Amino acid sequence: MFSRSILSRQLFRQAAPAAVATAPAFRSSILLQHQRRLLSDQTKQAITKAVASAPVVLFMKGTPETPQCGFSRASIQILGLQGVDPNKFAAFNVLEDPELRQGIKEFSDWPTIPQLYVDKEFVGGCDIIMSMHQNGDLAKLLDEKKVLAAGEETSEAESSEKKE
Amino acid sequence: MASSSTPIEDTIRQKITTALQPSTLKIYNDSHLHAHHKAMEDSTSSETHFRVIITSDAFQSKMQPARHRLVYGLLKEEMAREGGIHALQLRTMTPEEEKRRKEQEAPAENAK
Repeated sequence: MFSRSILSRQLFRQAAPAAVATAPAFRSSILLQHQRRLLSDQTKQAITKAVASAPVVLFMKGTPETPQCGFSRASIQILGLQGVDPNKFAAFNVLEDPELRQGIKEFSDWPTIPQLYVDKEFVGGCDIIMSMHQNGDLAKLLDEKKVLAAGEETSEAESSEKKE
Repeated sequence: MASSSTPIEDTIRQKITTALQPSTLKIYNDSHLHAHHKAMEDSTSSETHFRVIITSDAFQSKMQPARHRLVYGLLKEEMAREGGIHALQLRTMTPEEEKRRKEQEAPAENAK
């Protein structure tokens, strides 16, 4: 349902200096060693832009069509169940870019993926999305922010679907 | 402790117990369910995926993201380290919330 894909790669290519793109093996070991290094201004800018690129933004592993992780899959399914308007939604695949993958963790002060932003505000990861979905808080939030597809009322039966 | 077959689980238990003094602490190791995932290709650890349920007064008047950040903060090293925790599912409740949750679940049981 989320046919509109934001060109995260482009955005993050702009942000990543060409020089670091060489020697990927070396680079990834450097990244691991310095996981808590400060976020570069460029990456921070690119992430700020990404967060503001749509009212609902999900940083995930894989794409909405083919998630590469169960937690990302669950999150995207919930947004679908809630009836989020595809035109008001953007997904960023962190697996496409190590800068983004590491950067978003520092940016949000949140060590795991997926991460949901609504109206540029951090909402939470998969567990929080799931519990907000179950207790009705997510429906309320998405309704307040007017990001649900028009005329698509989510039925109670649908939104209270529980999977444990 | 050094000879424990579940060093990471032990660390999780110890750190959370010390910092949050939880009234409930359940730690589930779900690593076996994810052992064949692509991200686990190079992993030899049997402690990569955990599900943790914590009930503590320390969560009082904190929103969910703040509660999760609190726990993530305690386990920062274990999560950042290569071969450490890859995924951490959290359910964080105050004692009141736990009680309410149990009450909500109970009538459903009775209705069967």
